[in-house]
Amino acid sequence: MTVSQTIFRAALLDPDKDRPNGLEDAKGRLARKRFDVYRNNVAVSLTEALETGFPAITKLLGEENFKAISGVFLRQHPPSSPLMMHYGQEFPSFLVEFEPLAHLGYLGDVAALELALRRAYHAADAAPIDPATLAAITPLELSDVSFSFAPAVAIVTSDWPIYGIWAFNMRNGPKPTAKPESILVLRPAFDPEPHLLTPAEASCMRSLLGGATLGDAAEQAALVDTGFNLGPLLTQLLTGNAITKITTKN
Amino acid sequence: MFDTRPRSTPLPDAPGVGYKPQHYTALLEEPGVVSWLEVHAENYMGDGGRPLAQLRHLSERFAISVHGVGLSIGGEAPLDRDHLARLKNLNNWLQPTVFSEHLAWSTHEGAFLNDLLPLPYTQSTLERVCRHIDHLQDTIGRQMMLENPSSYLAFAESTWSEPDFLREVSNRTGCGLLLDVNNVFVSATNLDYDPRAYIDAFPIDKVGEIHLGGHDEDADEHGHVLLIDSHGKPVVDPVWALLDHVLSASGPRPILIEWDNDVPEWPELHAEAHRASQALAKVPA
Repeated sequence: MTVSQTIFRAALLDPDKDRPNGLEDAKGRLARKRFDVYRNNVAVSLTEALETGFPAITKLLGEENFKAISGVFLRQHPPSSPLMMHYGQEFPSFLVEFEPLAHLGYLGDVAALELALRRAYHAADAAPIDPATLAAITPLELSDVSFSFAPAVAIVTSDWPIYGIWAFNMRNGPKPTAKPESILVLRPAFDPEPHLLTPAEASCMRSLLGGATLGDAAEQAALVDTGFNLGPLLTQLLTGNAITKITTKN
Repeated sequence: MFDTRPRSTPLPDAPGVGYKPQHYTALLEEPGVVSWLEVHAENYMGDGGRPLAQLRHLSERFAISVHGVGLSIGGEAPLDRDHLARLKNLNNWLQPTVFSEHLAWSTHEGAFLNDLLPLPYTQSTLERVCRHIDHLQDTIGRQMMLENPSSYLAFAESTWSEPDFLREVSNRTGCGLLLDVNNVFVSATNLDYDPRAYIDAFPIDKVGEIHLGGHDEDADEHGHVLLIDSHGKPVVDPVWALLDHVLSASGPRPILIEWDNDVPEWPELHAEAHRASQALAKVPA
């Protein structure tokens, strides 16, 4: 009697399936609870990986609910590679589509933020520019400048107050108020940090990430907010070691 | 073919520990008897950041053993080429002292199951495992060590004993063996055989590294004791005694303390490493 890995795997992920015949104890009796050790190892280790990767979601749902929901997710989406640091890419969309959580519309975007922070943690190292290089550029030339960014840099945008929700759960921040929020993820050294952006800053940052010049990005941002001031965002990018290269258009 | 020349810098016949980031500072400041570290390969396959920076720094001070937990050497499908390439890259930049993997499978039909799953010891498993080890050793350009599993159940279809199976794999592929003494104790208890007889049948001359770890105790539905390899507790006394039996046959070997869950503070982990150094001190070189 051959127990193929297809049979083993199917029984492993589906607790309603019978344990495969051909797996035994020393007396030749069918291994039931013994097989369940593997079932348990898989479910527990994947749940723990999700808990580690999504601490704010764990807090929002409560540990018991999180475990139950993880159990559904991990059976639909087992890891596709042995790199557990990347596990859970489908978790944000799963949370959005999971019917019992439909009343918590913000969960998917909070999970997307946690994924962005995790990606930033493992992103390639990059040497930032010396801030003096930027300071040396004349105001006239500055509008023709574009930036290259460190691989850790990311922007996450939501219709929900995701920064407020994240900070409330992870940093004892104030109670969030309902409004759209955008977050800039920076990694000055090894620890990624989320920064709340104004809507105009978010517009500017998206343009810059797309390769726009400072002039064009600022112009776009001014459409969002006529009083847009580039200064605070530039300071944040410099202190966050986000800029790796300055390119001047001809 | 992989490099069969003797390793110029083998692991020291001394205690090592499985590296946990929470022990980073303690290891640099007060390593005590610990002279080498083991890391799980898959935790160091990101593009950058703290994990790689810490490992780079530790590798200047400690001999490093890279222990893969995700290649699925026993898998029915061919090895994952992307993962082989990652292992090659890690071995290339880190140049670890040794590289090891498991006699187990973990990936099937595109899903990685994050556990070391058991294999039937049959002729077809033997041929497949040897093919995969050849492929791995050719890819990374070096010898690997293969670790014996902890077993909770047996396959009715098995035709080889585990020590004989491992000996044959080693003979055919030239791979070394990593002997996990706790796994032997767990398997022997769960499957009613004598752990000393297992050790006596084991190709001890192929062993380049020993693992020790803690286990949990449970029972199956018949009331039979069921030990679970959890790496979350101190090594139990019968496993220390079994280690003495191994060392009396093998002579001094590098001994790793594995503690992956409920990781203790450094002094408690170091105490386990210290006990391993005492076991080594009793053995004639």
